[in-house]
Amino acid sequence: MNSLAEPRKWERFFWPLLASGLLLALWHFSVIWTATKVFPSPPEVEKGLAELLRHHVLWGDIRDSLRRVVYGFGAAALLGIPLGLTLGWYPAVNQVVNPVMQILRPISPIAWIPVAIIFFGVGDKASIFLIFFGSFFPIVVACINGVSNVPSVYRRSGRNFGLTPPQLLARVVFPAALPQILVGLRIALGIAWLVVVAAEMIAVDSGLGYLVIDSRNSGKRYDLVVAAILLIGVIGLILDFGFRRLEKIRSVRWGFRNEF
Amino acid sequence: MALLKESVVAPAPKTKLSVEKVGMTFKRDGKSTPVLENINLEVADGEFVCLLGPSGCGKTTLLNAMAGFLSPTSGRIQVDNEAVNGPDPRRIFVFQERGVFPWLTVEGNIGFGLFKLSRAERQQRIDHYIKMVGLQGFEKAYPPELSGGMKQRLEVARALAVNPDMLFLDEPFGALDSITRLVMRGELLRIWEAERKTIIFVTHDIDEAVQLADRVVVMSARPATIQQIVNIDIPHPRDISSTRYLELRDGIFKQIGLAHKI
Amino acid sequence: MNLRVRLRPLVFIAALLVIWEIAARRQSVHLLPGPWGVVGGIADLVRHGLLLKYVVASLFRVTWGFLLAALLAIPLGLTIGWYRRAEMAFNPIVQILRPISPLAWIPIAILWFGVGDLAAIFLIFLGSFLPLLLTAMSAARSVPAVYVNAGRNFGLGPARLVYQVFYPAVVPQLIVGLRITLGVAWLVVVAAEMIAVNSGLGFLIVDARNAGNRYDLVVAGMVIIGVIGLLLDMGMRSLERVKSFRWGYSED
Repeated sequence: MNSLAEPRKWERFFWPLLASGLLLALWHFSVIWTATKVFPSPPEVEKGLAELLRHHVLWGDIRDSLRRVVYGFGAAALLGIPLGLTLGWYPAVNQVVNPVMQILRPISPIAWIPVAIIFFGVGDKASIFLIFFGSFFPIVVACINGVSNVPSVYRRSGRNFGLTPPQLLARVVFPAALPQILVGLRIALGIAWLVVVAAEMIAVDSGLGYLVIDSRNSGKRYDLVVAAILLIGVIGLILDFGFRRLEKIRSVRWGFRNEF
Repeated sequence: MALLKESVVAPAPKTKLSVEKVGMTFKRDGKSTPVLENINLEVADGEFVCLLGPSGCGKTTLLNAMAGFLSPTSGRIQVDNEAVNGPDPRRIFVFQERGVFPWLTVEGNIGFGLFKLSRAERQQRIDHYIKMVGLQGFEKAYPPELSGGMKQRLEVARALAVNPDMLFLDEPFGALDSITRLVMRGELLRIWEAERKTIIFVTHDIDEAVQLADRVVVMSARPATIQQIVNIDIPHPRDISSTRYLELRDGIFKQIGLAHKI
Repeated sequence: MNLRVRLRPLVFIAALLVIWEIAARRQSVHLLPGPWGVVGGIADLVRHGLLLKYVVASLFRVTWGFLLAALLAIPLGLTIGWYRRAEMAFNPIVQILRPISPLAWIPIAILWFGVGDLAAIFLIFLGSFLPLLLTAMSAARSVPAVYVNAGRNFGLGPARLVYQVFYPAVVPQLIVGLRITLGVAWLVVVAAEMIAVNSGLGFLIVDARNAGNRYDLVVAGMVIIGVIGLLLDMGMRSLERVKSFRWGYSED
C-alpha cells in the first residue's frame, strides 16, 4: 500500500522468520537474565511438548476438546442458521426477538456455568452447552445480516421468474447470503474454541484447558502450561484455516474479496 | 379484365401493453414527491419501444410499474387486457449485469427459471440460448470470471430462456464501455429479430434510442410526462449517417433542448 | 401504530418472564430463582452494599485493562498495518496467539501477579490487545492510497499526513473495533473474576454458589452483567454517532 518496492517472494518467509526468531531469542534470554526458576524457556517448552506427545495424554485431551467443539458448534449451527434465516426474512419477528438477544449476548458463556451445572451436572454436557451458547449468537446475527444484505436485485429477479417465497428463500436468498453466513460460522468456531478451553478450566477434567490448569496445580509444570497454551493456539489456527478453505469453493468465492 | 390488385394491408397490430392515465407519487417522511404524471401509452405486440429521458426523471419507475414491481398511485396498466398486479415470468425485467446470480454458473443462471421443465428440455433450452448470445465455451464459468458485456448477455439469455412475452430493459448497457455498447446493441437487435418479443427499453442515450427502437417515448424531467412519441420509420439495419436518421435524432435533441454547440 | 410496534418486544419479554416464573415455581427442588427471586437477590446485594462494590470492581478492571491495551495496540497496529514488511513479519505470531483464550493464560497471570486485581487486569489486557491490534492493522491497510497521494500532492509533510489524512481515515473503523473489543473485555473480566480474583461480578457468581447455593444471587449477578454489558455497548454506539466520526458510515 505504501512503502518502497513490492516485497519479493523470499521476503514472505524472511520477515516472519526473523521476527519470530527474535521473539524466541528475547524470550529465551529474559528467562536466563531474570534467573526465574519457574517460567520455562523455549527449549524447556519444547521438551515438555515432546513429553506430552510421548505419554499419549495429549491426544486424548485434544480429542476431547475437539469433540466438545464439534457437538456444541454443530448444535449451534443446526439451530442457529434456520433461526437466523427466519429472523432475517421476517423483520417483524426480528424486531420482537432482537432485544432479548441483545440482553443475553453480553453475558459471558462462562457466567452461565453455575446454571449449566445445575441442568447438566459437572462434565461434558455442561461444557458442550456452554460452547453451544457462545457460538449461537454470532451465527444467528450473521444469518440475519446475511439475509438483509442480499441485494434487492436478486430478490426481484427471483420473484420475476415466478418463485414462491419459500423457493425464493431457498434458491436466491440463502445462496446469496451464504458468504456472510460462512464468515459468521468461522467466527463462531473461533469463539467455540475459546469457550471450550475456558470451560475445561472450570467445569471438566479433560481437554486442553484442563491440561493447562492441571499442569500447574499438580506440580507447577509451567513448561507444560506454556506448551499447552501454544498447542491451543496452533490447533485453533488450523481450525480457522480449514474453514477458510471452504470460502474458496467457487459457488461461494464470489462473496469474498482477496483476503489474507 | 384486370386482376384485382389485392391491397395487402397488414392486420392492425394487437395492443400488448396499455398504460392509462398513470401517475406515481412517492411519500416519504410526510413529503410527497410526484414522479410520474398522466402517462398514456399503448405498445403493440412485438414492438420495440424506448423510454428516453434524463437521469432520474422517472422512466425507471415507469418501467418497474409496467413490470409489476410497483403499483401506480393512479391510473392503470394492463397487459393482454389483464391488470398488472405483480411480477410475472411472462414479463421479465433485465437489470444491468449485476442481476446475474454470482453463485451459479452460466448454465445455472440460464436454467434458473426453467425449474418446471424436464431435465432434457431444460438442457436443450440452455444450449440454444448459450449459442444465441454467443457464450459457447463458458457454460461452466461463474459470473465473476466474465466481462461486463458477457454478463449482460448472460442476463439476456436467462431472461429469454423462460420464453416471456415481454422484456423490460433498464439501461442494460450503461455499465459497459462505448465500443462494447455498440456491439451489444447489434446483438440485442439480432436476438429481437429472431424471437419477436415486445421490448421496452429505458435509456438516457438519444443515439441508442434512435438506433434501436420502433418508437421513442421522450419523457420530461421529474415529474415525468410524455413530451413526444417519435416514430422511427427507418427499417433495420439502420445507417447512422443517413439523413433520415440524423433528422430524427436531431429532432429529439431539439425537443430535449440540447441543440447547442460544444 | 408506531407505539404498538415498539411495544411488541416488551410484550415478548414479559411473556418470557412469566414463563420463567411459572417454570421456577414448579421446580421440585427450589434451586433456580424466578424473575421475582432475582429481583430479591438484587435488593439483597444493594442492602449489603455489595452491588455497587462489585460493579465498580469489575468496571475498574475492565477500564484499566482495556485502556492499556488500546494505548499499546492501536499505535502498534497502525504501524504494522501500514508497512507491508512489518505485517508479513508479525502476522504468523499474531495468528497463533489469536485463538488462545485469555483464560488459558491464568496460571501465568497468577504466577506473575498473584491472585488479585493485577492478574485480572493483565488477563483483560491480553484479551483486548490482539483484537485491537488486528483492527488497527486492518484499518491502516484499508486507507485508500488515493488519500495519501492527494495529501502528498498538496505538499503535506509526514507529520501532517498522519494527522490530517491518515488519522481521520482510520478513526471510524477503530471506533467500531473498540466497541466490539470492549464487549470482549467485558466477557473476559467476568470469566477472569470467576477464576482468579476475590471481588467483582464474576466472583459474585462463583461465590454465591459455593457459599450456600444462593442461586438467586447467581442469576442476579448474570442479569446485572448482561445489563452493564449492554449499557457499555450502547455507550460506544453513541460515540460512533458523534458527527465528526460519521464519514465512515455513508449509507446510514
